[in-house]
Amino acid sequence: MATTAGAEPVFHLKDEHEHAEGGSTMLGFWIYLMSDCLIFAMLFAAYGVLGGNYAAGPGPKDLFDLPLVAINTTMLLLSSITYGFAMLTMDKGRIAATQAWLAVTGLFGLAFLGIELYEFAHMIHEGATPQRSAFLSAFFTLVGTHGLHVTFGIIWLVTLMVQVGRRGLIEANRRRLMCLSMFWHFLDVIWIGVFTFVYLMGMLR
Amino acid sequence: MRRFGTLLLLPLIGLLSGCDFVVLAPAGDIAAQQRDLLVVSTGLMLIIIIPVMALTVFFAWRYRQSNTSATYAPDWDHSTKLELLIWAAPLLIIICLGALTWLGTHLLDPYRRIDRIEAGQPVTQEHKPIRVEVVALDWKWLFIYPDLGIAAVNELAAPVNQPIDFRITSSAVMNSFYIPALAGQIYAMPGMETKLHAVINRPGTYTGFSANYSGAGFSGMRFAFHGFSPEAFDQWVAQARSGGTTLSRDVYLALEQPSENEPVRRFASVDPDLYNAILNMCVERGKMCMNEMMSIDAKGGLGLAGVRNTLPLEYDKFARRGAVFGPDPAYVASICTAEEAAAAARAARGNQSDWVLKDLSPLRGAGLLRPGVASLRAEAAMPSASQRPL
Amino acid sequence: MSDSLTKFIFGRLSWESLPLHEPIVVATFAVVALGGVALLAALTYFRLWGYLWREWFTSVDHKKIGIMYMVLGLVMLLRGFSDAIMMRLQQAIAFNGSEGYLNAHHYDQIFTAHGVIMIFFVAMPFVTGLMNYVVPLQIGARDVSFPFLNNFSFWMTVGGAVLVMMSLFVGEFARTGWLAYPPLSNIGYSPDVGVDYYIWALQVAGVGTTLSGINLICTIVKMRAPGMTMMRMPVFTWTSLCTNVLIVASFPVLTAVLAMLGLDRYVGTNFFTNDFGGNPMMYVNLIWIWGHPEVYILILPLFGVFSEVTSTFSGKRLFGYTSMVYATVVITILSYLVWLHHFFTMGSGASVNSFFGITTMIISIPTGAKIFNWLFTMYRGRIRFELPMMWTVAFMLTFVVGGMTGVLLAVPPADFVLHNSLFLIAHFHNVIIGGVLFGLFAGIAYWWPKAFGFKLDPFWGKVSFWCWVVGFWLAFMPLYVLGLMGVTRRMRVFDDPSLQIWFVIAAVGAVLIAAGIAAFLIQIFVSIRRREALTDPTGDPWDGRTLEWSTSSPPPAYNFAFTPVVRDNDAWWDMKKAGYKRPLSGYKPIHMPSNTGTGVVLAAFSVALGFGLIWYMWWLAALSFVCLIATAIGHTFNYHRDFHIPATEVEQTEEARTALLAAQG
Repeated sequence: MATTAGAEPVFHLKDEHEHAEGGSTMLGFWIYLMSDCLIFAMLFAAYGVLGGNYAAGPGPKDLFDLPLVAINTTMLLLSSITYGFAMLTMDKGRIAATQAWLAVTGLFGLAFLGIELYEFAHMIHEGATPQRSAFLSAFFTLVGTHGLHVTFGIIWLVTLMVQVGRRGLIEANRRRLMCLSMFWHFLDVIWIGVFTFVYLMGMLR
Repeated sequence: MRRFGTLLLLPLIGLLSGCDFVVLAPAGDIAAQQRDLLVVSTGLMLIIIIPVMALTVFFAWRYRQSNTSATYAPDWDHSTKLELLIWAAPLLIIICLGALTWLGTHLLDPYRRIDRIEAGQPVTQEHKPIRVEVVALDWKWLFIYPDLGIAAVNELAAPVNQPIDFRITSSAVMNSFYIPALAGQIYAMPGMETKLHAVINRPGTYTGFSANYSGAGFSGMRFAFHGFSPEAFDQWVAQARSGGTTLSRDVYLALEQPSENEPVRRFASVDPDLYNAILNMCVERGKMCMNEMMSIDAKGGLGLAGVRNTLPLEYDKFARRGAVFGPDPAYVASICTAEEAAAAARAARGNQSDWVLKDLSPLRGAGLLRPGVASLRAEAAMPSASQRPL
Repeated sequence: MSDSLTKFIFGRLSWESLPLHEPIVVATFAVVALGGVALLAALTYFRLWGYLWREWFTSVDHKKIGIMYMVLGLVMLLRGFSDAIMMRLQQAIAFNGSEGYLNAHHYDQIFTAHGVIMIFFVAMPFVTGLMNYVVPLQIGARDVSFPFLNNFSFWMTVGGAVLVMMSLFVGEFARTGWLAYPPLSNIGYSPDVGVDYYIWALQVAGVGTTLSGINLICTIVKMRAPGMTMMRMPVFTWTSLCTNVLIVASFPVLTAVLAMLGLDRYVGTNFFTNDFGGNPMMYVNLIWIWGHPEVYILILPLFGVFSEVTSTFSGKRLFGYTSMVYATVVITILSYLVWLHHFFTMGSGASVNSFFGITTMIISIPTGAKIFNWLFTMYRGRIRFELPMMWTVAFMLTFVVGGMTGVLLAVPPADFVLHNSLFLIAHFHNVIIGGVLFGLFAGIAYWWPKAFGFKLDPFWGKVSFWCWVVGFWLAFMPLYVLGLMGVTRRMRVFDDPSLQIWFVIAAVGAVLIAAGIAAFLIQIFVSIRRREALTDPTGDPWDGRTLEWSTSSPPPAYNFAFTPVVRDNDAWWDMKKAGYKRPLSGYKPIHMPSNTGTGVVLAAFSVALGFGLIWYMWWLAALSFVCLIATAIGHTFNYHRDFHIPATEVEQTEEARTALLAAQG
């Protein structure tokens, strides 16, 4: 038992600081990202189990266009860097510059999505649909889920650009930008996993 | 105290009634050994469970509020000795139980060939196993005797004291093959093969069934398992042979249609490639067999050229509907004829009728290969990846 | 109207989808509809809609949300139990050539719905509700970390429950067993809407559960009162923390695996199909990677309840607090290493099976240590046998039997003969009823006076207690026996007449349990009628030990006028012993979150989205999805989400309590 010797024990805060609003947001969002990470982990696991089941159809070597994927990866990595610049300008309180960098980030994101959709369309056109084999089901689901996350990231990004435009870089908006920053970089990390595990190792298979 | 009383009464009720505790009094050696493990484990755990229950009742009574003569120590909340004891006691029991589990699981692995007919009677050269191929259908069981060339629906028979070597698969959904009197269950899964080795020691008629829910007709998916004397078994075989019908691929495809509470049927002869075709899900001609597909996939698939190698599904036992956003149901077309596929499957499986007696020297540590039987042990412990589930 | 237009508007839904040919369902519908109309009429007549909407549905107060979770759990318990008693009746009469009174189509839905409802919509809401109500009070906080998210999580859980209830009258529920193993649950073998109801109900509810898990972790990590280090947290808070970690680390797995099953059914992918390289065994593995932690999600908080109750009613510090905490953490971690024990019979190798068997047994070591800790908490105590303590003793005697049979099932060769048998059913009901449900009743009886300011009526509580305990033993001991006779689960008809007597005994047990539920409802009703006599003005009716007993009953919206400072893990006990005086002046305005209806709206759109997807009404799905996103974005444009309770109001509230306490002398 902890006892403070002598002095009258203190049982309540007399002069209380207000709980800073959103004090748990970063932790909460981080935990959310980990749970999202687990969804990806399951999709990776499914790809790991089913990745070799081509159902006598095409395999990675027949389908993947590595230079295209490399460009795609570059787009996403650049978008992460530009998001970083947006955060730097946010720290300096420069609203217009922050918005500009966010816009650049969004454009890189859109480029990434465009290339990914082109890749999907091309594969489907060749007959390599998600239904053709378990390998393709797992591939489309894993990469598609990532793409869906990027799509929502872009919607969120546009929302935040509007909100920053309306209210400036107030505390709440800064917190939201921080969350999106974590989300965006998280998607980058996941993509690096996809690029390595699906594309590079697929070509080596 | 009433609860406790109910519990004490339970074994009594059990003893008094004339019920058939088949799990506790089986007729097959494997099930008997599994029962022994059950009983020993229960005994081991009761060592700790009974004192805990007794202490709960005793403490609850002794330290009731109205008993002011009992010691009251409101701040006593720690005792290193006691804590050591309460962690160590379960730990010790679990160490014993864990060792028992490790040994029992390896000795009673359904994939392991049995080495004794019953306690004190090892398997000898005379005990050539009888092979049975089991197929779970919707909602009935098909048993094929590859060595005898006969088959039966919803009826299984085996001579007593002779090892039985089951190969088990399913045509559509998951089931579980279970004859409580004979041995524990194992899943029957489509496109996969599981194995079970067992022996029946007492003649009689026992019940077998599916122990894994598989749809509407599940309750009726029961069959009789006859343990026959060798003479009676021969008679049963002769009876089946005299029936005259043949289980061909076409007959099988008709049989495969969902049906409930099927009566017993016997077949005098069986298409020798049928079981392999069922296992590889290519009874329908023109469909690529699983083993063919897997060997193609292992070599990297058929490339873009193979992408359109699918044909619309014309026949399907469920008149299967495709997914709403998917293409129409289809199957992968075989690139060789059914006969070629069957021949390839036979070659891959090897000639299983050659039976070599297992080395009966005592098991010296699981996983260790013994000289001379290395290949057999390897086969027993690690069937080819294509047949062994995850 | 042209055919294609009808199809566009209604998708698969048609008059044939309504189960008009099932007299039992029609009768149920009539009763539910009449009851529903009566309820709605009463609410309208007494003009309660505005009150409910303002004070409850849109509330972000963790206490009100907690209570709403409990109400949801109770309502769904009635539904889930109706399923149970229908099953017991069917199995008790389907002998000697009788088909019973349920056809396969109906019976197979009933056992599936029973499992799904009892786990997802009874046990989960009860447990979440208890944690929601108690945890912030125990750690001296004024609300959870994300109050709006809390409201949203609750309504998503309700949304899932609504979808399951809809399946009773519109279409059908899954006929696959509660885990919907493929290939049976694939579109080829289950082309109807049942599995789609299953998928979308669980997905909608799963979002709520995951978010509420994140919320409570943050609350416990970030919002503890000053002085409350991790090792001074009450045990219930500890077990809640571990449970929520398990939720966050396992529900995404369920989300992913159901998404893959959904893709198989909607898009025709090949994750779990038989052909085109799919692998149904992967589903079984993945769903149990969620499924095993799930059972610990359910039981851990109740272990916390038993710890609080034993310590309080023995008037004694909890024995071995540290080892209790470590035992909880060890269970949390180990629960991820045992999933394969649910399918030893799949034919994995002996080494794999024994690994998972032994890890399962290892879990019984910390669990055993916990039982001993409760035992030695009772030792040299002064035990008051109030209702919560009675439930606790019943739990200790019942649960050890369930634990023993559980370890038995973890021995793979023993599992080969008992897997999927009624022995297994008896085992998990033994731990879920004997552990989770007894714990919930203990918790409800324990914290009821905190939530409402009066105790529960002890007489009807005892009636309910004895009905439940005796009913449980009568209903499930026969199932153990039947399991040893090799009787398997989910059977609809039987051909061995010697089994019937056991099923009849089990059915009698189920009827006793029904009486137990009825007595519980009567207990609540009687207690509300007798609330004056049962009143507890002190806020501390049990001579409690943790912080929730330091505030008034029911607690004010802000929980604590002053944030408490903690010196001991029995903080309130310590304060009482050290001569704590309630501060009577110096009140400050208190910062609180505002109510919002967004959670209700978002959940309603989610239900519409699910309904559209289930019935292939694509316009509805698309429309509700767009509305869902738009509402969520719209919500983020609201920056005014909080207000201050003025100091004068706090002062009034606290002075009222001072007067009440003074009246007690």
